[in-house]
Amino acid sequence: MQTVKMVVTGPFNSGKTEFIKSVSEIDVVSTERKISSEAERVKETTTVAMDFGRITVDDELVLYLFGTPGQKRFDFMWEILSEGMLGFIVMVDSARPETFREARGILQTFRAYAPTPYVVAANKQDMEDSWEIEDLRIALKLDGRVKMLPCVATKRDTVKNVLLELLYSILEEMGEKKK
Amino acid sequence: MALKGNLRDFSVVQIFNLVNLAHKTGTLTLEGPNVAAWVSFREGKLIHAQLGNEDGTLLGVLTKSSKVRPEQSKLIKKHAADKSDKELGLLLINAGYLSQQDILASIQHYVLEVVYRLFSWIDGFFRFDNDVLPPDDHITIRLDLENVIIEGSRRIKEVEALADEIPNLDMALTFVERPGANIRNVHLNTMEWKVVSYINPKNSIRQIARANKMSEVEIRKIVYALLEAGLVEVVRPEGMPLPSQAASFKPVDEKQRATLVNRLIDRIRSL
Ligand SMILES: Nc1nc2c(ncn2[C@@H]2O[C@H](COP(=O)(O)OP(=O)(O)O)[C@@H](O)[C@H]2O)c(=O)[nH]1
Ligand SMILES: [Mg+2]
Repeated sequence: MQTVKMVVTGPFNSGKTEFIKSVSEIDVVSTERKISSEAERVKETTTVAMDFGRITVDDELVLYLFGTPGQKRFDFMWEILSEGMLGFIVMVDSARPETFREARGILQTFRAYAPTPYVVAANKQDMEDSWEIEDLRIALKLDGRVKMLPCVATKRDTVKNVLLELLYSILEEMGEKKK
Repeated sequence: MALKGNLRDFSVVQIFNLVNLAHKTGTLTLEGPNVAAWVSFREGKLIHAQLGNEDGTLLGVLTKSSKVRPEQSKLIKKHAADKSDKELGLLLINAGYLSQQDILASIQHYVLEVVYRLFSWIDGFFRFDNDVLPPDDHITIRLDLENVIIEGSRRIKEVEALADEIPNLDMALTFVERPGANIRNVHLNTMEWKVVSYINPKNSIRQIARANKMSEVEIRKIVYALLEAGLVEVVRPEGMPLPSQAASFKPVDEKQRATLVNRLIDRIRSL
């Protein structure tokens, strides 16, 4: 049995849990975990909320979706996530500019991680106050090559589209490498 | 769909950047603590600004800039009260009193003075209304935003926030290729030119600061201005080692990856 992973990250309340719920075949387990890294062991453990969803492909292949908050607390996740990592989805709440600064920080971090593939989901596009995709792209200073996809985490079709676009990006990147 | 928020979260500099890069046409409304302001743009160019109930009429502007003396102003008010700004402007030009250039320069000066004051607003609601423009009889100008943004960024006092905007000084910068993004058309000071001369995907921001003996605050401020003016972007420097976390990824074996990804695609499509 082979397992592969995708990580859904982004600011608090951007819709990570909802996103995973929409496609997971198991109830999304939202866990508050106590995690302490090597360096932090002497200090107190840090509580990190992490969601966990699953899509079974066939007898031999399972995809796990992990939802984790962005930035600082993210550091504790790497050990769990590093193996079989396919790519990232960065969720942004399109209607809450107060979270854009944090989102920009996360995206800049990913730029340094190249070539790990990632896409951005402009979530909550159903809300009246949501910013348009093209405005968000500029507001978040997104790299021109990175896909930004409209999303409503409660609508499975848009969630599927985000997952598929990430997978297409992975294929495209492999194609480019061959060239 | 909306374009609104609070200046605490999205600054005047950032709004101007958005208007510039998206070539927006419309009016930005800013609600400061005591007063509101309106700034209008056409296809990403600054055309008009109004602060509170300040007298921004042509006569008001010309009086303020001493192009018209107060007693003349009174006379004009008396005899040409029903004239629109455009009509009054023509009248003054035809009477040989002022040139068109004088008039436009005065308005430009006034608009910029208003706009630069707005860059110091750090709190307040903002909203952008597409396609709302000043009435046709107003005299408007047409100014590239790059210079306005650079000058506005120089006035930023909240330098702490810049550390969040440019978190990683080990990244590099590269010039943006887009029509209108020509660094040569921008008025830069000596320090800014020094930074620009080192911009290259091989040099990290930290290295540029060191070469110019600049502090982190100084370099961040200049980089922020260039970023928001849409002239440069942040890139991963050539040959930069991966951060330890990213380096620890054990990605799926490359030989299997394509088939595996295709199986995932089929499965997700079937959901
Ligand atoms: N209208 C709307 N609400 C959403 C959407 N996605 C998430 N929400 C709501 O936003 C809130 C936060 O979502 P959640 O998934 O818990 O965010 P998380 O903190 O990133 O895990 C919840 O009340 C969700 O129901 C969306 O696309 N549209
Ligand atoms: Mg959650």
